[in-house]
Amino acid sequence: MSEKLRSLVLAGGRLIDPSRGLDETGDLLVVDGKIESVGGKLGPIDDAEVIDCGGAIVSPGFIDVHCHLREPGREDVETIATGARAAAAGGFTAVCAMPNTDPVTDNQAAVGFIIRQSQRANAARVHVIGAISVGQRGETLAEFGEMVAAGAVAVSDDGKPVVSAQLMRTALEYARTFRIPVIDHCEEPTLAHGGSMNEGIVSARLGLKGIPSEAEEIMVIRDILLARRTGGHVHLAHMSTYGSVELIRWGKERGINVTAEVCPHHISLTEDRILSYDTNAKMNPPLRTQKDVDALREAVKDGTIDLIATDHAPHHYDEKEREFADAPNGIVGLETALAVSVTNLVETGHIDFVTLIEKMSCNPARIFGLPGGTLSKGAAADITVFDPKLKWLVDPATFLTKGRNTPYAGQTLTGRAVCTVVQGRVAYKLSGSGTDERPRRANQGSQ
Amino acid sequence: MTSALGKDLLGLEFLSSEQIQLILDTAEPFKEISERAIKKVPALRGSTIVNLFFENSTRTRISFEFAEKRLSADTVNVASSGSSVQKGETLVDTARNLEAMRIDMVVIRHGASGAATFLADRIESGVINAGDGTHEHPTQGLLDLLTLRDNLGDLKGKRVCICGDVLHSRVARSNIWGLTKMGAEVAVCGPRSLLPNAIEDFGVTVFERIEQAIEWADALNVLRLQLERMTSGYIPSSREYNRVFGVTRERLDRAPRDILILHPGPMNRGVEIDSDVADGPHSVILDQVTNGVAVRMAVLYLLAGGKPELAEAAKGNSR
Repeated sequence: MSEKLRSLVLAGGRLIDPSRGLDETGDLLVVDGKIESVGGKLGPIDDAEVIDCGGAIVSPGFIDVHCHLREPGREDVETIATGARAAAAGGFTAVCAMPNTDPVTDNQAAVGFIIRQSQRANAARVHVIGAISVGQRGETLAEFGEMVAAGAVAVSDDGKPVVSAQLMRTALEYARTFRIPVIDHCEEPTLAHGGSMNEGIVSARLGLKGIPSEAEEIMVIRDILLARRTGGHVHLAHMSTYGSVELIRWGKERGINVTAEVCPHHISLTEDRILSYDTNAKMNPPLRTQKDVDALREAVKDGTIDLIATDHAPHHYDEKEREFADAPNGIVGLETALAVSVTNLVETGHIDFVTLIEKMSCNPARIFGLPGGTLSKGAAADITVFDPKLKWLVDPATFLTKGRNTPYAGQTLTGRAVCTVVQGRVAYKLSGSGTDERPRRANQGSQ
Repeated sequence: MTSALGKDLLGLEFLSSEQIQLILDTAEPFKEISERAIKKVPALRGSTIVNLFFENSTRTRISFEFAEKRLSADTVNVASSGSSVQKGETLVDTARNLEAMRIDMVVIRHGASGAATFLADRIESGVINAGDGTHEHPTQGLLDLLTLRDNLGDLKGKRVCICGDVLHSRVARSNIWGLTKMGAEVAVCGPRSLLPNAIEDFGVTVFERIEQAIEWADALNVLRLQLERMTSGYIPSSREYNRVFGVTRERLDRAPRDILILHPGPMNRGVEIDSDVADGPHSVILDQVTNGVAVRMAVLYLLAGGKPELAEAAKGNSR
């Protein structure tokens, strides 16, 4: 580990850094794991690795504040190492691992374990989110202070809602001391009970018990009101309904300390995707309607939604290969998040690449107090280089995650990470061969 | 060999009105077979059919078994209480094992919505949905259509109201699709807590009160009210249900016309339907059961690639 890093030149890319209002074509130099210079044309530099970034965008590294890396407990479906490599392949220089592991990440030793495993993995950085309650049982507070001292960056009982309003209130108050956000998975359990998809005409047709939008929205407004009462910072995970968007807007207009995320699947797919009982379209919160998709895209554009997070949730294929109601929730997302976002937000004209980078890098860094999110001189060199125009066919067999559970298999999406730099080291580089490049090679062949 | 219905019968939502018409027309000649002394024709001789019942069923299972036997198919019954998951073997493994035994068709009843579709996507044999969760029960829908047609003639413009727990009813869904495709006007009536929130999007009329339904309808299809609906809090009590939504003689007496009464069974007498209605002159509840065998024979025959126009001949000569 002590070997000196080679200097790195990212040459000729479009350098976009929303944190500094930078958008120009030029070279970026990394020395000793830190950004040394940004912009202009560099002359030859001794012993530096030069990566041609022509046609690509060079951006502060993407940060995913919401993923499930399954270790400890379910190393058969993902490990911190495979998850961190998949993250790098998706253009993420850092991810935050949710604590619903087995055992639950609810104490300083568990936090330390994940950090050590991520150091071994040596791919994307892995930050740790600790549990709100011991065992995620929703009863007593976990030790926020010790977990933060061990490296935790936020707390959440994700996967489960915080049912008790009193516990949520206490968590928001207690978290203020440590300046960390409290992330809630908004789901009113009695309304959502037994549901496996959005409640509406599709659930009625399929005979599946639905989860009404209100199951999410009731908890959204509860959390916003508790944030107002306590002055704590509530971060709302994976928002899925237009009603939630309206409530968040209401809270933000009043200066309440609320931030929110959306997942790529909720801005790209609707409940219609389930008409064949495809369990790879089953997640929680469920896919909703076009009206919800439209509202969420609009909310990304106007800032009501602060950031894009994957909710990457690998499952073994056996677990998904079963009756819809019995299949587990969740899809993998690390390696498709960028392309789904480019295809469904940028190409549709909702946002430009500058805003996309804010949602995937600057805002996650700022809101969670994480390193990265900038191309400033002297900052750690966490950098994502992506081809904004590259079209590629999603083939789950080529994923670096162990999970294959994606609803995008067989789709052609636009936008792909070509190089991911973590602390000055190239953690991922898209190879010029393989299925990814097939369309391109076919074109070249015909010339 | 491609049948006129495709590989499987998964639900009436996926059939055209012509296909439904074809099944009903094919069922007509098969009705007579069950009236013979020797109730057997060789149409499916050599075919192997597995009746895979993951949920308790008496009427549907026996009806399918009679239909298969009267067509001379070789049948095996696999009954399993509880889901395949509880049993330890997954549904997909069960399916693959059946396939490995080279069967021709599977009749599946399962507690999970989509289970029949799941199976059909994974095996080459034909799959007949004998009820999947709260999704569809297509052969029940078909036998209801046949019974209605027997009594009302062409269903175009006829008014049929489905009464009761539509939310949890696969019979209701198959009825809504089948009746709509056959040109009938469809309504539902029941407490709002037992209707899907999006029920209007099916294109059906909703009656809040049973009296309105009775005034409107040519036929009522009265659904079974399951006891667990009370314990899980959808309605307060079966006593109140009968008082507010029960199909009673007193209510029917005020109807402007004779109303045909259907019920998929098993009945809760004195809850959703009173005995004197169930046993009354306009009840066709037992005709439904009789028609069930004929409709299932028609479905089996057609899925096996039988030619509709040969259904009459397939009966053979009564010996």
